[in-house]
Amino acid sequence: MGGVTAPAPRATAISRGPGAAFIFKKALISALVALVLFSLMIGVRTEAGPSGQLIYWTRFGDLAAMVATVFGGSIVVELLRQWWGPVGTVRNVPQPVQSVLATTGRWIAPVLLVFTFLVPVIFYNERYILDLGILVLTYVMLGWGLNVVVGLAGLLDLGYVAFYAVGAYSYALLATNFGLSFWVCLPLAGILAAFWGVLLGFPVLRLRGDYLAIVTLAFGEIIRLVIINWQSLTGGPNGVTGIPRPSLFGIPLTPGDDGLAAKLGIEFSPTHRIVFLFYLILALALLTNWVTIRLRRLPIGRAWEALREDEVACRALGINTTTTKLTAFATGAMFGGFAGAFFATRQGFISPESFTFQESALVLAIVVLGGMGSQLGVALAALAMIGGFELFRGLDQYRMLVFGLAMVLLMIWRPRGLIGHRAPTVFLHHSQAISSDLVKEGHG
Amino acid sequence: MDYFAQQLINGIVLGSIYGLIAIGYTMVYGIVGMINFAHGDIFMIGGFIALISFLILVSFGLTFVPVILLIVLLVSMAITALYGWTVERIAYRPLRHSFRLAPMLSAIGMSFVLTNYSQVAQGARVKPVPPIITGGYTLHEGAGGFVVQLSNIQIIVVVTTVVLLALFTWLVARTRLGRDMRACEQDQTMAALLGVDVDRTISMTFVIGAALAAVAGMMYLLYYGLVDFFMGFVAGIKAFTAAVLGGIGSLPGAMLGGLAIGLIETLWSAYFSVEYKDVAAFSILIVVLIFMPTGLLGRPEVEKV
Repeated sequence: MGGVTAPAPRATAISRGPGAAFIFKKALISALVALVLFSLMIGVRTEAGPSGQLIYWTRFGDLAAMVATVFGGSIVVELLRQWWGPVGTVRNVPQPVQSVLATTGRWIAPVLLVFTFLVPVIFYNERYILDLGILVLTYVMLGWGLNVVVGLAGLLDLGYVAFYAVGAYSYALLATNFGLSFWVCLPLAGILAAFWGVLLGFPVLRLRGDYLAIVTLAFGEIIRLVIINWQSLTGGPNGVTGIPRPSLFGIPLTPGDDGLAAKLGIEFSPTHRIVFLFYLILALALLTNWVTIRLRRLPIGRAWEALREDEVACRALGINTTTTKLTAFATGAMFGGFAGAFFATRQGFISPESFTFQESALVLAIVVLGGMGSQLGVALAALAMIGGFELFRGLDQYRMLVFGLAMVLLMIWRPRGLIGHRAPTVFLHHSQAISSDLVKEGHG
Repeated sequence: MDYFAQQLINGIVLGSIYGLIAIGYTMVYGIVGMINFAHGDIFMIGGFIALISFLILVSFGLTFVPVILLIVLLVSMAITALYGWTVERIAYRPLRHSFRLAPMLSAIGMSFVLTNYSQVAQGARVKPVPPIITGGYTLHEGAGGFVVQLSNIQIIVVVTTVVLLALFTWLVARTRLGRDMRACEQDQTMAALLGVDVDRTISMTFVIGAALAAVAGMMYLLYYGLVDFFMGFVAGIKAFTAAVLGGIGSLPGAMLGGLAIGLIETLWSAYFSVEYKDVAAFSILIVVLIFMPTGLLGRPEVEKV
């Protein structure tokens, strides 16, 4: 009997989790680690003095505050973890709640789309919200474009911003040097970016995984460095200024007599252009989405997904992995180019500063956080990331710090993204019986 | 010829620094199979810690240079190693069994955190220090008055690198920890079944990689006489390029790749243009990978079907 009753107290002790002593010890260790980590970096501040000589002063108050925060934070996190239960367990959600969630899930995309269409109507007088909407939609489009490469074809691209840059500079240079209109330049920018995508695709065809990652990263840096240093063409660090604004198929949105407002007989307002830009990027983003969804159902899209799941099996099935990879790179790059051209026309000014690795990482984070391959997930992730990023605008120099931390925490919390499905598009619904005379022994 | 010899020396010194950082990339990649994106920033932190500890020691009135250097070396290695440990603990361990991209993105996030943390903590300006080690040797005096010089600091950088590389090769090949590391590299599950503490081994890999990056950071500070919060990004990409070029996962490969990148960069700036030196380094990486997809000394990847 004793053998049966004895384990019982131990079991309850485990379910209650580690005791106060354990939590305290853990927090103490964290605080100690923090003390060593921050000792010199926070505790001492260096600055170049008036004579050029470095001087330093101590900030032990800040150091103490940081260590105390880590100590307290560690206790809070540990308590939260106990209260929430072990990480990774599926919490039981009641059946009615689940069905409600499923219904919302089905409606969220159309509702979001209708809302997006109505944004300029609802927030007509709020310039800030319209600008933010344009920014979010630009990232939605970039995310959907990169999703083709990373989410569908499974090729890790860390230099996506290069194509964005190619598109932006193509439009800026064509428009300022040759006076071509936005609508002529848009396809050209897309074609040029796709061309660069293929050019990048060729050397990386034989590479996989992390080799691919580093080559794309290097490619992104090469494009940026060339833009900075080829001063005669790109204006170097000063960028290109005076990029023409887009027109509504030849009708400029200006207060003049030939402007859109005068032709329609309404009073001119600068908001018209913002609203126009909003619908323009919405149309471009929806185009990206539509093309992606259509392509997924075609053999090429299925080849992408097959490539993502298993390259060896893919080749064994007779899929040409060369064309599959190249088309994925070219398609993704083309949408990046469109987004770049839009960016150039919206800003009216571009410089290499807008095309750093940070942008690539941001777009990649959007795709991965959205759940690779999920169109809705990417849109929601773009909204969350860019919206969240805007919330911290006031914090200025702490903004990137918070962004980095958020990236780490989000990955730990949801490593598979917000909508973490990546089921293949095609299913065989009925199991089929295969006659035995079709299957040779040992080849089944 | 003299000019070329001088550039060769400069290239080898720069290459040694890249090689030291590249070892950290190669080790982590070998064991975890992941690019440690925060490694370049660990190098930057190492440079900062060396700078600050150096300032403090000097203000305490210490003047004997070898002692200063030794203390700075030990302090920056110790603290930076703890940074490496923390990065592994926060950004890698919770994602050990997650899918491939997740730890990479959390490491990119960690890299942003470290860059901006040091910007907030120490300011965005470049921190210069006066030359600590001066003097050197004149190797050859050319006819045109061009002098080939080998400065003491250059000797120190190369000697430190060679010593550390030898020490490290011994560590991987002969010690218990090295054996555990090689076991984890082969098969983590099997190693764990046979009694290897996988978590501890991976932690130690990060710690050692960070300590070597700290040495590289200190050498960079001594050689160039400055540090700034953004230097980790560029040096990190270059060192990672070096690791890939040499064949990622291979220790001699990392050193060879580091030397190659250092030489290419120096010779390109000497004979062509300074502006395009990084473009040259990255282009050569792409060209090498086209013909040798696993790098110079890399083993061909076995496809598991």
